[in-house]
Amino acid sequence: MSISNLWVVAEPSGTDVTSTSKELVSEARRLGATVTAVSWGAQGASIAQIVGAFGAQRLVDLGDLGAVLPASVVAATLASLLKDESPDAVLIPASNDGRDIAGRVSALLDTPVLTNVTGLRVVDGLETEHPVFGGTQTVVARLRAPGPGLIVVRAKSFVAEGTASGGAERVRVAPTPPSTRAATIRASHVEERTGPALEDAAVVVSGGRGLGDAASYGMVEELARLLNGAPGASRAIVDAGWVPYSHQVGQTGKTVKPDLYIACGISGATQHMVGMKGASNIVAINKDPDAPIFAISDFGVVGDVHTVLPALISALKSRS
Amino acid sequence: MNVVVCVKQIPDPAAPQSLDAENRLNRSGKLILDEADSYGVEVALRLVEAAGEGEVSLVSMGEATDVTGIRSALAMGAQRATVVADPLLKGADALTTAKVLAAVISRETPDLILAATESSDGYTGTLPVQLAQLLDLPALTFATSVVVEGDTVVVHRQTEAGYDEVAATLPAVVTVTAGVVEPRYATFKGIMAAKSRPVTVVSVADLGLDPRTLDPRQDIVAVETATTKSAGEKYVDDGEGAQRILAFLEQIKIVSGSAT
Repeated sequence: MSISNLWVVAEPSGTDVTSTSKELVSEARRLGATVTAVSWGAQGASIAQIVGAFGAQRLVDLGDLGAVLPASVVAATLASLLKDESPDAVLIPASNDGRDIAGRVSALLDTPVLTNVTGLRVVDGLETEHPVFGGTQTVVARLRAPGPGLIVVRAKSFVAEGTASGGAERVRVAPTPPSTRAATIRASHVEERTGPALEDAAVVVSGGRGLGDAASYGMVEELARLLNGAPGASRAIVDAGWVPYSHQVGQTGKTVKPDLYIACGISGATQHMVGMKGASNIVAINKDPDAPIFAISDFGVVGDVHTVLPALISALKSRS
Repeated sequence: MNVVVCVKQIPDPAAPQSLDAENRLNRSGKLILDEADSYGVEVALRLVEAAGEGEVSLVSMGEATDVTGIRSALAMGAQRATVVADPLLKGADALTTAKVLAAVISRETPDLILAATESSDGYTGTLPVQLAQLLDLPALTFATSVVVEGDTVVVHRQTEAGYDEVAATLPAVVTVTAGVVEPRYATFKGIMAAKSRPVTVVSVADLGLDPRTLDPRQDIVAVETATTKSAGEKYVDDGEGAQRILAFLEQIKIVSGSAT
């Protein structure tokens, strides 16, 4: 059985959709499917052009949902649409809203969800790849249930590739009112950030617990700036409140695939490694010679970040 | 203010992990309370303390032969726990687990249901929202701050760019991130009190659930060794660490060769 029909939840981001959404539309097209993107917000016309350029034939546009948290409305609408049309699967970005949508659709349709997917295979239907134990092993799974599979895919699992095709046909669908009371967004707070976006930067310099204190994170930021890169962080120091969540790299944070990743005082917990092991080059600085991060590092320095980083920063400065 | 916290006993993430004969996470060793759940327990205790009345109870699904992990959450101050243990639930997926927990929770009328954003063993991260949908409740997820104002719960919800302030009327499901609060340590008095707090073990039949609705519906078809990069050079710093890194950055052409 080949794959003929795939739907992709395309999460809006300003006038665009998120990069993971584009990756999923691209992959759905590469698998040979007719691709329907499902999106919402006030930018449907622009989004129809974008998802079309990445390979979607059709955009189901729910329109502006107002100030509600989108998951309950998007899920109620998707669930009612999926009862009429039965695609092989729905691919959903592993974002906060994506995971919420997947959970609700799953309960509404009584169908399980496969999460943390990083690869898809067409073998008599769809099979999904899930990295386990820090990415050292891959579990390959498939859904037994009838009906569309719900598949939540991690960022940067696939490459987003534009095609020569034009915009997608935009079909406006009135949102299905959810039975659930709404959660309402009262206000949005955006943290100031300069330099390249973490998920797109060619160089990422990240700090962890080994920095010792929040003030030492300044060295990470300075090194990132000198290398035209973005500063990142392990979950440990985000949880500790040293840096905002938007800096977090890992399972529950951002997935990055830069040319160079420098891990400063990061031991290399599974949680962190799955978010950065795709980097082309990895440099690690850590006091503990047995830190797991060294197992995937191209160049490791067993040493104190408090001596190595200042020396590296001053050496780079003296060159510019 | 009555708060239910979903908790899970998991294999110690710091210990080496493996898959069992059915390619599922080997859970045969010592189980502990998922650290991610201790944050929800702490948030619940603080909300009940602030309200001045009510109780914190726990729900869990899994083996009940050793409930030391559950007792550690009771020692923090939760009043009682219900554990659904049944051989029928081996290999249960997140939706099945959500159905089971929903059956327990719907026997009560909590104001708030708390859970971690995801467990530290499976990382599925869909269960709390599946549970919310099954109970027809709003879900406020990825909360880094939780306050209750009258009949409304208000959270700071992590976003890519910062956070949103999100509100819903109670009852509701809230998922909390690690770091939302600092979980308290159990006191000696708490540990002693926890020994006598009720841990009720129930089966699928006790909950009136039809076992046919609980069958796992996903198969693991293979487990493969992933191609990961092997370790490169490891240099023990004797003062040249920074220069050696610089040389490596030149070699991969991230920085241009020596300027002088």
